[in-house]
Amino acid sequence: MYKKYFEYFHDNKNIYLDSASTTQKPKVVLEAVQEYYTKYCANTHRSNFGNANRATTEFENARSTLKSFINAAHDEEIIFTKGVTESLNFIASSFVKDRFDTVIISSLEHHSNIVPWHMQGRSLHQGLEVVNCDENLSFDMEHFEQLLQENPNAFVSITHVSNAFGRINPVKNIIHIAHKYGVPVMIDGAQSLVHFNVDVQDLDVDFYALSSHKSYGPTGVGAMYIKKEHLKDVKAYQTGGATISDVSYDRSILLDSPFKFEAGTQNIAGVIGFAQALKFIQMLEYDRIIDYEAGIYEYMYEQLSEIEDIQLYTDSINCIGSLSFNVKGAMADDVGVLLDKMNVSIRYGHHCAQPIMKKLGLQGTARVSLGIYNDLHDIDMLIKNLKRALQILKG
Amino acid sequence: MSSEIETRIEEIVEELSFFDDELEKYEYLVDTGKALSPLSEDEKQEQYLIQGCTSQVWLICENTDGKLIFRGDSNTVIVKGLVALIIKIFSDLTPKEIVDFDTDRLGVLGLSEIITPNRQNGLKSMIERIKTYAQEAYHD
Repeated sequence: MYKKYFEYFHDNKNIYLDSASTTQKPKVVLEAVQEYYTKYCANTHRSNFGNANRATTEFENARSTLKSFINAAHDEEIIFTKGVTESLNFIASSFVKDRFDTVIISSLEHHSNIVPWHMQGRSLHQGLEVVNCDENLSFDMEHFEQLLQENPNAFVSITHVSNAFGRINPVKNIIHIAHKYGVPVMIDGAQSLVHFNVDVQDLDVDFYALSSHKSYGPTGVGAMYIKKEHLKDVKAYQTGGATISDVSYDRSILLDSPFKFEAGTQNIAGVIGFAQALKFIQMLEYDRIIDYEAGIYEYMYEQLSEIEDIQLYTDSINCIGSLSFNVKGAMADDVGVLLDKMNVSIRYGHHCAQPIMKKLGLQGTARVSLGIYNDLHDIDMLIKNLKRALQILKG
Repeated sequence: MSSEIETRIEEIVEELSFFDDELEKYEYLVDTGKALSPLSEDEKQEQYLIQGCTSQVWLICENTDGKLIFRGDSNTVIVKGLVALIIKIFSDLTPKEIVDFDTDRLGVLGLSEIITPNRQNGLKSMIERIKTYAQEAYHD
C-alpha cells in the first residue's frame, strides 16, 4: 500500500528487497531535488542574490529539520557529510586519533567502523578492542564493561543496527555504561533512522552518524550529530571554501560549527532531498512504520523458516529490517544470482562485514532487507522464486 | 578453417541456443558443473586459486604429452558450471593453440548476459590464467 509513493514501482515489477543497501526514493524527494536544480540552483552561504538566498535558507532549514527529527538541542550540533562512512572517518581522524588509547567496537560492525581504526594503526589488542557476541549475535555487556575497566582512556564506536544481520544493539544501555567510565560513544545509525525513531538527547549519545540514502533520501549525503560539549574538541576534517571567517597569507581563522566542518560546496540538492525524506517519514509516522514492517518481517521469518535446510541467523524479536540466511547445499551467491534472474533483488555475500562472517565460519549469507514499500506479495514472490532457485541448485 | 577451440565454442553456443528461458541456461550450467570431477581437498591450494573471483575457483594445469589438461573446481555451483565450460573449451590442446586464440571470441557465448559483473571479472581472470599457463608451456 506504500508503493504508490515511489515512482520506482510504477511499471516496474522488480521485487526490491535490498533496502539495507539503499532505499528507493519517494516522489516527494525526487521533486524536492528537481525543484532545487530547476527553480533555484545556486550556491549556498556565498552569493546574496534571490535564488542564492533561497538555496541557503532551504539548506539551513534542512539542518533544522534534521535537528528536530533526532531531537538535537542545537543547529550547530548537525553537520552534513557524504554519509555514515565519512562521518565515522571524520570522527576517527578529527577527534579520536591523538586523544584516545583504545577504541572499543562491537562484533557486528561493518567495514566502515573497522577500516578507519586500522588506518590509524590500531589492530586487535593494539588500540582496538572488540566486544564479544554469542551465537545469537547478542552484545556481551559484561565483556564490554570489562573492556571499559581495562581501558580507561577509551572511545566507543558501535553500530545501532547490524547491516549484515539486522540485529539491534542495546545502545542506550551501552552509552549509559560507557559514560559511567567517562568514555564517549559514537553510534553508527546507518540502519536505524529508516525503521525507528532516534532521539539523541534521550540516548545521551556523543556522536551519531546518519545516512540519507538508507532513509529514503538521495545518495551521497548524510549527517552527523556532535553533542555541543564536544564541538570545541573536534578538529576540522577538511578545510577550504566556506569554512573560514578570515584568511591572509599568514593564517586562516575558521568559523564555528557547523560551517568549519562543511568545507567546499555541499551536496545541496542531496541535503534538501534528505530533509524531504525525513518529512516523508514524519508523514508516515514511526508507530505505523514499525507496526507495518514488523508484520512483513514476521511473515517473512515464518515463511523462510518453513523451507527445508534453511538456517536463519537472526530472530524476529531482536532484529529489524534485515534478515540473513543460508540454505544447506546452496551458496548464498548462487541463490542471489538466480533470484536476480527471477526479478527479485536481494544482497548476497559478506555485506561488508567480513570479520563477523569469519567469526561465524561463513563465506556469506543471503540477506533480505525491507523498506516501507514492501508487502506480503513481495515475500510470497521471494519464497516462490527461492524454492525454484533451490530446485535448480540442488537438482 | 576454424580451429578446434572455435569448433568447441560453436558447440556450446548451439547447446545454449536450445534454451529460451534464461533459467534453463542456469540449469544447464549447474548440470555441466556437476559433471566436472571435483578436485580433492589437497589440491585446493592457494597457488591454484584464481584472483578476482568473488567465489573461490581453483584451476590446475597439467602438461601431458605436449597437451595442456585443465582441471578445476569452485565452491559455488553456478561458477563451477562456468569452470566446466571453460575447461571444455581449452583442455586437451597444445599450448600454441591456446596462445594463438583471441579470447575476445568467447564473447559469442553470451556469458556476460547470464553472469554478474563481479563474476565476469572472475571469468576474465580464469581465462587470463589459462593464457598464462599456455604461454609458459609454449616458451619452455
